[in-house]
Formats: sequence, structure tokens, C-alpha cells
Amino acid sequence: MLQAAVEEFSRLPGIGKKTALRLVLHLLKQDQEVVARFSDSMLRLRQEVVYCRQCHNISDQDLCEICRSPRRDASLICVVEDLRDVIAIENTGQYHGMFHVLGGIISPMDGIGPSDLNIESLIERIAKHKENIKEVILALSTTMEGDTTNFFLFRKIKPYDVKVSVIARGIAIGDELEYADEVTLGRSIINRTPYENLIKK
Amino acid sequence: MVILFALKFFTFARKPVFMHLLKLSLFNFRNYPEISLEFSSKFNCFAGNNGTGKTNLLEAIYYLSFCKSFSNPTDTQNIMFGQDMFMIQGQYKVNGQEDELYCGVKRQQRKVFKRNQKEYERLSDHIGLYPLVLISPGDAQLILGGSDERRRFIDGVISQYNHDYLHHLLNYNKALAQRNAMLKMFAERRKFDAASLEIYDELMIVHGQMIFEERKRFFDDFLPVFNKYYGVLSGGTERVNIEYQSTLIESDFAQQVLEARDKDLIAQYSTVGIHKDDLTFFIHDVPVKRYGSQGQQKSFLIALKLAQYTFTRDIKGFSPILLFDDIFDKLDENRVEQLMTLVSNDTFGQVFVTDTHLERLESLFKKIKAESRIFSVEAGDISKVSTQH
Repeated sequence: MLQAAVEEFSRLPGIGKKTALRLVLHLLKQDQEVVARFSDSMLRLRQEVVYCRQCHNISDQDLCEICRSPRRDASLICVVEDLRDVIAIENTGQYHGMFHVLGGIISPMDGIGPSDLNIESLIERIAKHKENIKEVILALSTTMEGDTTNFFLFRKIKPYDVKVSVIARGIAIGDELEYADEVTLGRSIINRTPYENLIKK
Repeated sequence: MVILFALKFFTFARKPVFMHLLKLSLFNFRNYPEISLEFSSKFNCFAGNNGTGKTNLLEAIYYLSFCKSFSNPTDTQNIMFGQDMFMIQGQYKVNGQEDELYCGVKRQQRKVFKRNQKEYERLSDHIGLYPLVLISPGDAQLILGGSDERRRFIDGVISQYNHDYLHHLLNYNKALAQRNAMLKMFAERRKFDAASLEIYDELMIVHGQMIFEERKRFFDDFLPVFNKYYGVLSGGTERVNIEYQSTLIESDFAQQVLEARDKDLIAQYSTVGIHKDDLTFFIHDVPVKRYGSQGQQKSFLIALKLAQYTFTRDIKGFSPILLFDDIFDKLDENRVEQLMTLVSNDTFGQVFVTDTHLERLESLFKKIKAESRIFSVEAGDISKVSTQH
């Protein structure tokens, strides 16, 4: 029985056999009800959490909290790779529009083609609301796979005549120039911003 | 911009700064328990029978420039059998200033590399500071091996002076790998989607075109230099040529990618592009790979490497150290003499040579009257035989 529990834990990402054993032994020492609460919350997580019909963010209802909220700006859609990016952008407190979660980026080498991602639904969403959508913001990784996905999305969205932008790339705030790599620094010079914009924000 | 800069370098190449190895000390390196040698600033020869450790000395010098061996990728396998660590120390004279390099490898510990008592954080910071060109029997792959060997050769030379080139090459290779994976995916899922493939087509075309143009430009500069060297070696009796082959020469790359699509889908990989480029080497209009004699192939290789040497020298502004490992084998006396006379010229720097015949070396250097030092190598022990000023 102990063996079975250890096996289950070690299936989780980032958990090896030793850590799994430590976790199992820890649970064994706990009160029954603590363990019951633990397993109950795991079960409910899987049973009750669903994906938002519109943006594919996690949700407890058909539409997620963000998509339901009347205070969010429905004319902006920010396209992200996965849930973690939604959380990261939400934590900045700088963005009040909607999201669209792709569920990954295009990388055939990892077995992910465009049809494996939530791209069709994004295009449908844009087609349906194109009068109300002012801008689609692509917020993907700045890797080659991210760029490829940006390019693919741009070509798909182009026919609908909606503004498409990508998040700014350049020197990170607090970084010193001499430590920046050439590509980043080069980009920063090309995509410089008027000083006024910097003060305003 | 980088390209312009490099071109300028070639036309106004300054007289190279002289760099040479003064002293080499080894400790438990391969078959040498402990040894210390002082070198001539021009020719240094190691003569000895097979298996006595001539090449090991070149290996040690190579180590100091590239932080690794040219024949064995595992550092610890260069430690003398039954010992725990090896050390290589070299004293260089660059522009009148003395530099000391140290390399130490201990079993189960990381490699320590120091320049003037200061340890490097990254070995890549060191590579290129003490340039060196090695010509060894292993280079024959450049002629006899697959086309990837020849692409690696040109890529290596170009990326030394053109930073953007390497960037384009890396991106091209990545796009190519993704495109091939996508072609396989189409086959597995039995579903084709042109829009998905086009994103990789576009990337391949943009980067591929840049690489192609740079390779072509490079060849226009490289070929005359190569021809000059081959002419010297052969005494001007043989007509040689190198042909750069690329599907991009014939027609527009974008058009080719489009036309090859059906073929690519069947083959499940990309059939056109600069990853198919090759070089063909000719002597009197026949390919050297198939029809050249061993001596001609060897001469071809030496001329290729000397042309590479010239490029490196003009970029770095100082003469790299030249290592000849066992190259007299298969070359006739005339060619050997021509070659040594050529590199005795002061645009070439310090030279190290290995050979099995002591007498051959002695008479050769007497004849060309070059400053030289000859060492006799006998199973881990070295004695100086003669010095000529």
C-alpha cells in the first residue's frame, strides 16, 4: 500500500522517488481528517474545475470569472500560452481586458501542431465580435516557437482587419545595459519609446 | 555592417602581430610524466617512431588554445594511465608581452583553465585569444567525408568574422528541424495544412537566403587564396578549382520551396535548401574525391587549411600557431620543400611539425635555411638534437 502511494506521488512533475516517500510518510503521520480534506480537495479539483467556453481559462462555471465580469474591457484580447501566464499578467494589475489561452505554442518537434491548440476558437471569437474588438495582444514567449506562433496567428487574424500587437521586448527593468545580450539590446534600440510615455506610466 | 567591416579587413590587412609559444611544461599528460621544453619562435620539429608521443605534444599545444584535445573529447582520458591529474603550462610571447596559460584536469573535478594566474569563468572567453590551425591526417574527412564536413568547414570560417551569419544559421537549422517534424506530423495524422507549413517556409527562406549570399561572397574571396597556395605546393603544374553547389544558384529559393512541397510531403523531410549545399573539389576538371591521388588529396587539404589560416590571421590581426601532424607522409620531396619554404615566410608565425624521420627533417631545414629546433622523441622522453639560427 505504501508502495502504491509512493508510485502515485512520483508521477507528479518535479517529484522523485525520495520526495514521494517523504510526502507519503508525512501524510501517514497526519490525522485522518487532514488526509481526508487533502484527498477531497484533489478530487474536487479534477471534478469541478472546467475550462471557460470562451477563453479556455480554468473556471468553475461555463464562463470564467474574467469573461463574466462587466468591469473588464471586452474590446481587448490578450493571447497567452497557458494558465500560468494569465496569473502572471493578472498579478501585474496593469491589464483589464480579456484573455485567450492557447494551451501551448506551435512546436512540431514536441508533437504540437496548430490544430492541437485553441486557435480555431480564437479566430471564431474574433470573427463573431469583430466590431467590438479593438486590439488583439499577443503575449507569447520570445523564443522561436513563440515567434512562429505569433506569425501564424497574425496571418489568421489579418483578414478580419483587427489591430494585432505584441508585447514589448527589450531590456528588463532594473538591468544594466552592459550585461544585456546583443539581440535584446539591438531590439531595444530599434523599438525605443518616446520619453513622455515612460513618465506617464 | 559586419560584412562591410570584414571586407575592409581583407583589403587592408595589417602586418600581423607575432605570437609564439616560448615554453611548454607537461605533467602526467598522456605518456609524459614530467617534461619541459623551450621552443624556437619559428620551426619546431618532433621526430620519432610511431607511438612515442609526437602527436601528444601537438595535443598539449592545441589544448592551450582550444581548452580541449583534438582527438579525444573526454578530458580525463588524457591523464597518464594510473595517475589522478594532468597539467599543461605554456608561456607565450604576444606583442613583446609574456602570457602564461595553465590547464589542469583532475579526475572527478572540473577542468581548471587559467591565464596569467586568473581562472576563466567561461572557457569560451579564452577560445580565439591564442589562435591555432592544425593540419592532421584526420582532416581527410573534409574531402572524403559527407557534405556536412564541408559545410562545417565554411561555416566555421565565416562565423569567425560575421556574427550575424551564426545567428541566421542557428535559426535556419531550428526552422528546418520544426518543418521536418511538421512534415512527419502530416504523414502520421494524414492531414495536410498549408498555412502551418508556410510559417516554416517563410523562416527557412529568409535565413537561408542570407546564408546563401554570405557563402557565395565568402567563396569569391576564398578561392583565389586557395588557388595561390595550391599553385605553390604543386609548383604550378596542376589546375584546381572548388565549386560551390547550392540549389539556390539555379532559381529563386521561395519558388523552389513551393515547387518541392509535394516531394517534401512524400519524403517527410525538406528536400531543398542550404542544408543541401556542398563543395566539389576538382583537379584538372575531375573530382579529387574520386580521382585524385593520395598525395594530391593531401595537397588539396593543406591548401584549404592554409587558406583558412590566412582568413583567421587577417581577422585576428596576428599569426596563428600552425601545427602539422604527420603531413610529410604521402607528399613528395618537392612539395614538402615548397610547403616549408612557404610557411617560413614571416606572414606565417610559429610552426610545429611531427615526422618519423630525423634525418629528413635535418636536411630539409638545412636546405631552406630557416630558424629551427629539432627534438628527438623516444617514449615519453625528449632530447634536443639541433638548433639552427
